[in-house]
Amino acid sequence: MKIHYMTGIGALFVVAVHIMMRLVMPYNLSLEYENVIANYHNLPYAVLLESILVLIAIHGFNGLRIILLELRQSKNWEDFVTILTIAGMMGIIGYGTRTIIVASGLSLG
Amino acid sequence: MEKASSPSSSPPAAGDRNNREGIIGWLNPGRYGWERVAYWLQRLTGVGLLAYFIGHIYETSNLTQGFDAWNTMLELTQTPMGHMILLLVIGMSTFHSANGIRLVFTHGGKGVGSPGRPDYPYDAASLNYRQKSGIWIALILAAVAMLYGASVLFGGE
Amino acid sequence: MIVEKLEHLDKKRANAHKEKEILRSSITLKVMRANRAAGENPHYDTFDVPVQRSTTVLDALLHAKQFSDHSIGIRYSCRMASCGSCGMKINGIPRLACYTKVSELEGSVITCEPLANFPHMRDLVTDFSQFFDHHKNVQPYINNDKADMDTQEVTKMSEFMQTQEEVDKFLQFSYCIKCGLCYSACPTVATDTRFPGPQALAQAYRYFADNRDDAQKGRLEIVDDKHGIFRCHFAGSCSVVCPKGVDPALGIQLLRGHLLGFAKGEKKNAELKDRSKQQ
Repeated sequence: MKIHYMTGIGALFVVAVHIMMRLVMPYNLSLEYENVIANYHNLPYAVLLESILVLIAIHGFNGLRIILLELRQSKNWEDFVTILTIAGMMGIIGYGTRTIIVASGLSLG
Repeated sequence: MEKASSPSSSPPAAGDRNNREGIIGWLNPGRYGWERVAYWLQRLTGVGLLAYFIGHIYETSNLTQGFDAWNTMLELTQTPMGHMILLLVIGMSTFHSANGIRLVFTHGGKGVGSPGRPDYPYDAASLNYRQKSGIWIALILAAVAMLYGASVLFGGE
Repeated sequence: MIVEKLEHLDKKRANAHKEKEILRSSITLKVMRANRAAGENPHYDTFDVPVQRSTTVLDALLHAKQFSDHSIGIRYSCRMASCGSCGMKINGIPRLACYTKVSELEGSVITCEPLANFPHMRDLVTDFSQFFDHHKNVQPYINNDKADMDTQEVTKMSEFMQTQEEVDKFLQFSYCIKCGLCYSACPTVATDTRFPGPQALAQAYRYFADNRDDAQKGRLEIVDDKHGIFRCHFAGSCSVVCPKGVDPALGIQLLRGHLLGFAKGEKKNAELKDRSKQQ
């Protein structure tokens, strides 16, 4: 549960920064391809995105795991839920990291 | 006397599910006051945000397929319905965060009052106005965030 | 200043507790009936019962039992919110029947059902075995090797000295009458059969906070389980329904504070009174 508290608090700061970045320029402009790619070229921002990915994936899937563990109580179910949520976590982190790495290598325009 | 250094017996095995309220017990928040409502909302927003997060990671991965794929994705999401969903996400994330901060303190025993001598009408010290106002502040912040979000998304900036 | 205002509101709430009274001359009792051992499915029987201003739900049930249907299954004993036997769901909320006046309930139909989250036996009677097992598991007794319980020597028969402040740290949790209302209201207990429930966890804190007990570390280990204290999410329903002001939610959060390291300060263990110089 300590992991849940710590990832939650950590995610709060990084997600707040991520949302603010959508407001440093007009919203629609901030979503244009070139501007988004420029974000990924910015190393600190890419690190921020990766940290959001990891923290939210852990917090979210751990939360789901907590809810599912409370639903049924058997060894098989608990093992299934733990494996499912860890797989989900790793899958999302892997997929998101791929996006960050590929996007940071893309050229503008 | 035997010390309680380790459990002398393990917790009772998974027992009789007879007459347990089940998920209906979770989904009915209306009987027990604001704290139960906050618990219900925290769970719902958490699950909702997880679903959005997975969708968001998928939608942003369109970036790797180039300019056209990205714009096609934007055409799907930058619609009135897409904006409504985003507004909901803004509200959910604000409530979940603010209420979550309240819960971090509460779970650590802070802001729940201290033990004393109960007296009629036996009102619980832990269900005090600090907790209730924390919940109300989380709801108000969520509403304010949604209003601001609506002004940005629908305001044509 | 805001904190002072909030505390003032809390005091106002405690002092201005006025029950809204709805005076009626009769009510309809809707009672869930089923003999689970005989495999019956539940159904509801209704009884018209005359009431007065002071009539409790228990009075109404016993009237129905006496004059309408002797077979209504119901547990009760002290009739004064001291034994915890008559816990049931009244209009959907766990309450003690002897402590709930008919005049404080809205509507002309009062629905009585067995407590949720306890295995249903018959009519309004439920099985408390697992509830008591959870309680036993938290070792609800003082652990202290200094006290020699087997001695026959008068000078060694002693008592632990506690100040009023030390007693106040756990006193309210000792008022628990094991009525099960908190267990019935808890959303985690609704699905998790391994969760000890608010009563057991509050009792774990009661003995943790009692400075006659010196087994703090062991008590924390008992509750630090996948289905233990961390499955409490402070929905607060347990404290809403508790009829004795035990406030189990408070006990659980305070215990968790110790587990998480939020709480500071070591407990000063109580000393045995020195009887060696006495006759």
